[in-house]
Amino acid sequence: MIEAISVTKRYGSSVVLDDVSVKIPHGGITAIIGPNGAGKSTLLGVMSRLIAPDAGHVTIDGMRVDQTPGAVLARRLAILRQDNHIMLRLTVRDLVAFGRYPHNHGRLSLADRDIIEQAIRQLDLDALGDRYLDELSGGQRQRAFIAMVLAQETDYILLDEPLSSLDVQKSVQMLGLFRTAADELSRTIVIVVHDIAFAANYADRIIAMRDGRIVADGSPDEVIRQDVLEEIYDVPIGVHHVDGRRLLAYP
Amino acid sequence: MFERNGRLVLAWTGVAALAFVSLTIGAGTLHLEELFSGSGGNASALLRESRVPRTLALVLAGSSLAIAGLIMQMIARNRFVEPATAGTAESAALGVLAVMLLAPGISVLARMLVAGGFALAGTFLFLLILRRIPHRSALVVPLVGLMLGGVIDSITTFFAYRYDLLQSISTWMAGDFSGVLAGRYELLWIGFALALAGYLAADRFTAIGIGETFAVNVGINYNRVVAIGLLIVSLITASVVVTVGLIPFVGLIAPNLVAMRMGDNARRSLPWVALTGAALILLCDIAGRVVRYPYEIPVGTVVGVVGGAVFLALLLRRERQVG
Repeated sequence: MIEAISVTKRYGSSVVLDDVSVKIPHGGITAIIGPNGAGKSTLLGVMSRLIAPDAGHVTIDGMRVDQTPGAVLARRLAILRQDNHIMLRLTVRDLVAFGRYPHNHGRLSLADRDIIEQAIRQLDLDALGDRYLDELSGGQRQRAFIAMVLAQETDYILLDEPLSSLDVQKSVQMLGLFRTAADELSRTIVIVVHDIAFAANYADRIIAMRDGRIVADGSPDEVIRQDVLEEIYDVPIGVHHVDGRRLLAYP
Repeated sequence: MFERNGRLVLAWTGVAALAFVSLTIGAGTLHLEELFSGSGGNASALLRESRVPRTLALVLAGSSLAIAGLIMQMIARNRFVEPATAGTAESAALGVLAVMLLAPGISVLARMLVAGGFALAGTFLFLLILRRIPHRSALVVPLVGLMLGGVIDSITTFFAYRYDLLQSISTWMAGDFSGVLAGRYELLWIGFALALAGYLAADRFTAIGIGETFAVNVGINYNRVVAIGLLIVSLITASVVVTVGLIPFVGLIAPNLVAMRMGDNARRSLPWVALTGAALILLCDIAGRVVRYPYEIPVGTVVGVVGGAVFLALLLRRERQVG
């Protein structure tokens, strides 16, 4: 379980996270939604020890992230943020292989190689394994980073806008992959998403944030409702149920 | 895999051939047959005292500087940074001047450590300045380094002028291997040992080159790796500056040439970077010895000319890619 306890983060005078407490139990897909500047990415950053909070703390399976060695956390939790611009010329396979670093410290075993190849296959990157990242499209590069995070084989996978540079087909494919990872490998997946429709139809739980606070937290049935969404986004978003799926109507 | 090893063997052979050429040329004529005739002669003394030390010094300095350049590029996350474009080398030279003024009697090792301390401080200052430049472009980074280097250099020149040491300080400003003799180059082994230590941490340097978040995610202590990298870069630079003087561009060109061919995974590319650095400096030194034989052009000057041209070509290539 990931537990954030009274986490506050300020940048200058603006409060980005305002006394946030939340528990994310093991398993399933949790989506964090909310308008720009709500503090979603910051919350993810604090949970994954990338950002030090001004007050409060975060524990993972009972270990405080600010006091546990990075190498230990790297085997439990993987984090992928939005900005994946890199200057180095690395191949897709080189990058994915880094996912095994927390486990092998650079010495690849045969089992590691299998895991790397499997992750490359799962993300449809077979043909691109030896290509350099700077020769790929944004979406392909994004998939390479996600393959790396999957190869890390951590219980918790935190992804900030993993769908941002993917088209609809790849987004749906990616969400299917997360579903499989959650259901069959019992991984805990936490994603920050902009697209409410994806959250509404693929997440087991939705945490909605606004102005540095959590304003709604529950199953899609509880959060994806016109009154709740209006409170989050300040616009009336219609919610309709068609063929067992949630359809969102923007005003 | 086999093919890769084959090519590496080929590269080793190439560097060995250059080293052999470097052994055979110089103002004194070397009669190789004397070595085998047992007639005494001065061939073995010439080799032992001058040519072998000089060639070893070239190989050690070239490979260490190339690796220092690569580590520096990973730390700064910029292709165009190396000890001579980050204020590191100039700071080391300032350190040497400080020693000459304040404690001229100390051992060469102590002198290197002081120069290393100055180099570390200078490089740290460079990184601090970089951190304060928002949205920096790839080309601004080496410019900042060159300016910082220029400022430090002028401080050195000012004090050298005041204390009438301009002549001596010029020895450290322009790399030159003509003074290398047995007993006067051994510090370079320390630099080389540090470069090897860098090779052991190759994966960690690649990870910090990808980015801080990336490195932290795979459990690497980012600040510690940066600190170790800075220490390695500073001491390598100091060992070279104290022994033969400032040699620009090797740390810039070798990693860039290798990256074009085989990417930036340091674990794979580091041996190549080291060999390229050694080959580059051997070539430049040989050229410097041959061009106006029996006189010599210092290797620092030759590398400066060759390196400047290649640097420009790299910049233009980059511009094309960006624009």
